[in-house]
Amino acid sequence: MLHTFVALVQDKPGVLTRVASLFRRLSINIVSLTVGESEQPDTSRMTIVCEAPETAADRIRASLYKLEITVDIDEVGRSEAVIRELCLIKVAAGPSVGDHRKDAPSGLHSRSHVFELANVFRARVVDLAPESIMLEMTGGTSKIEGLIQVLRESGYTILEVSRTGRMAMRRGKHTSRVLQALGQANGIASKPKPGPGPKPKPTAAEIIPSEFPNLPDED
Amino acid sequence: MANKSQSKNIPTLTGAEIVWATLAGEGVSTVFGYPGGAILPVYDALRKFPIHHVLVRHEQGAAHMADGYARASGRVGVAVATSGPGATNLVTGIATAMLDSVPIVCITGQVSSKLLGSDAFQEIDITGITLPITKHNFLVSRVEDIAPTIRKAFQIAVAGRPGPVLVDITKDAQQASAPFDFAAAAPAPHRPHPMLRAETNSIEQAIELISAAKRPVILAGHGVLISEAESQLLAFAERRHIPVASTLLGLGAFPTGHPLALGMMGMHGESWVNNAIQQSDLLLAFGMRFDDRVTGTLATYAPHAKKIHVEIDPAEIDKNVRADVALIGDLGKVLDKLLPLVPPLDRVPHSSQSYRDGWVPTEWLREIAAMKGDASVRDIINLPDNGHLYAAHVIHDIWSEAKASGRLAQTIIVTDVGQHQMWEAQYFRHDTPRTLITSGGLGTMGFALPAAIGAKFACPEKDVWVIAGDGGFQMTAAELSTIQQEHISINIAVINNGFLGMVRQWQEIFYDKNYECTPILSPDFVLLAAAHGIAGTHVAKRSDVIPTVTRARTSGHPFLINFQVEKEDGVYPMIAPGSALHEMVRRPAADPLIETSEAE
Repeated sequence: MLHTFVALVQDKPGVLTRVASLFRRLSINIVSLTVGESEQPDTSRMTIVCEAPETAADRIRASLYKLEITVDIDEVGRSEAVIRELCLIKVAAGPSVGDHRKDAPSGLHSRSHVFELANVFRARVVDLAPESIMLEMTGGTSKIEGLIQVLRESGYTILEVSRTGRMAMRRGKHTSRVLQALGQANGIASKPKPGPGPKPKPTAAEIIPSEFPNLPDED
Repeated sequence: MANKSQSKNIPTLTGAEIVWATLAGEGVSTVFGYPGGAILPVYDALRKFPIHHVLVRHEQGAAHMADGYARASGRVGVAVATSGPGATNLVTGIATAMLDSVPIVCITGQVSSKLLGSDAFQEIDITGITLPITKHNFLVSRVEDIAPTIRKAFQIAVAGRPGPVLVDITKDAQQASAPFDFAAAAPAPHRPHPMLRAETNSIEQAIELISAAKRPVILAGHGVLISEAESQLLAFAERRHIPVASTLLGLGAFPTGHPLALGMMGMHGESWVNNAIQQSDLLLAFGMRFDDRVTGTLATYAPHAKKIHVEIDPAEIDKNVRADVALIGDLGKVLDKLLPLVPPLDRVPHSSQSYRDGWVPTEWLREIAAMKGDASVRDIINLPDNGHLYAAHVIHDIWSEAKASGRLAQTIIVTDVGQHQMWEAQYFRHDTPRTLITSGGLGTMGFALPAAIGAKFACPEKDVWVIAGDGGFQMTAAELSTIQQEHISINIAVINNGFLGMVRQWQEIFYDKNYECTPILSPDFVLLAAAHGIAGTHVAKRSDVIPTVTRARTSGHPFLINFQVEKEDGVYPMIAPGSALHEMVRRPAADPLIETSEAE
């Protein structure tokens, strides 16, 4: 199954190698990996999506945390987090496009049909050339794959696809279970309120705001 | 800045001096190393510091010595090497320490930072090479970073599950100068371990399982020694009458003469130990990682047993064997917490002393005792002298000589890897922690001699024995010269059977006795020792073993004994790879020797 890990890591040379090397060592294929700056200085946030057995999640998380460069690590499920991906798609369409295949869209009409599809999928047209259109789309994986599939099924030639891979962020105030367990949230997550007795860990139902029951992948 | 430093009485030192000053500040008194171009500034500064440098003959030896030093003492061992080949030669030693969780810090020189990435002379990406075999590594190219990085390296090496850390320092950083403030270079507290499965009721669940168990077995691993939890282990076992099986690296954690001591488990463990594990209903894994050498086939491993895994490294939980309850933390601390909550068994005595008198074993312990069957009859140690010298006899006699001389607790055995290593584990009874030093995880041949040198530096008052095969000993025999240059006294027992014995045994059993490339020619080891100025002698008769061992032990100088043992002897019992833990190949009863003894 697919696992999505969100890791807060030091922003230093070699950090990506250490993370990638760990997955190589565990013989686990990385489906996608995104890295960028985080809200904290000198730290980056990575979203790592990998294909691994269901039982492997704890061990991957523990192994990631074992890396000295890891500040925090969290595994997020689909329903607990907003998961997004950015995709750029270049499609062959426009006045200069002529296709010998029967039924393949060509000419000016081919362009307007792409506009329609983009509208339905809430993709944006970001570049227009005589022979191609570039679309930008943000969304869940299935939405992006849906657009690509519809374009193909409509006979369009897809010239280029570039995807960022998934980014994930846990919903609500709660960030990481590890940081919470450590009581080291340091302003990232609110510390458990002092009260009588140990506060039980929040369950998934408590973490997900009730106004978003079974929130679908897309908005 | 300079004025400010002076006003706080902070000296300005070169990077090279900072290396030594930081090491000294961390309490290092001995390092093992080999000089070279990119580390020369560091060597040049050595004379100003109260640190003893042991010149090795090969950098692999330096890493093994640091490793042996750490295992014998519990302190961090330090190895120093130059860039390029000096650094790559460390790799086997670093990997050995990694697999056995040994805290060492390796310091390597690197070409100047402006040359990095240019394939300069003796430039190699050692932080890249050692990435998967270190807990962490650093490339330092600024002089100000040297002290904080080395201090951080020491912290990482011992934090949580220990392991090796490498610090690669560019030559220009060694040559530049910076104010040195040891206290200010202290690292922030190490990240605490997350309690990934710290369900609040874990302890309660563990107590429930322990209270309900009728056939429990404790699996004592290296973690007992690393955590120094021997007394807690003993108290825990005695409180519930739980028998204790040891991993190879756990030997020495539990007294072998104790009625609850089972002995070593796994591939070459005794049959009753493995059978007890297979038939148990609760395994208490204390600081061990269910290595394939102790589990046999996982599908059939202890099928009826619940598992409580006490482990400091969360990544070990559920790796090989699924734990029903995982308690993550330092073993000693977890046992301290657990112990008062475990209800003592009725009629259980509460001290080791009362165990010796009037003790009634539980039904489970009587069952285990019955499992021993004819194992002791088959055991070569109980067979009459037939004129042949067996390795088992040699090991047993080294042990009995140390015991008779009252030096047993002060005797450290450092083994190499192979048949002699397993015989050592079977026939030398370790009752004292840190008296067996052996490469378990990586199985590094050539480990014994350099690791023994490190152990001797850590514990100069102890008797240190190398037990090595004729194959492995030749891999690092050049360190004999190091022994002499350092004027240290180490005794060496070469178990010489003319074969790469363990490989030969596998060829015998699994490859139809096709002894391809396992007969090995050796030099005359006594002459080799003599060439280094080390005394030695050959032993080929059982009756000569003990007198020669005494002679070696009391000589006050290094001494090498070449034991010419039976050529095609095998280590038994044995679990073939892919077999279950209870499917042991027993000691061959077809051996005419055994038939004789059984006829008697």
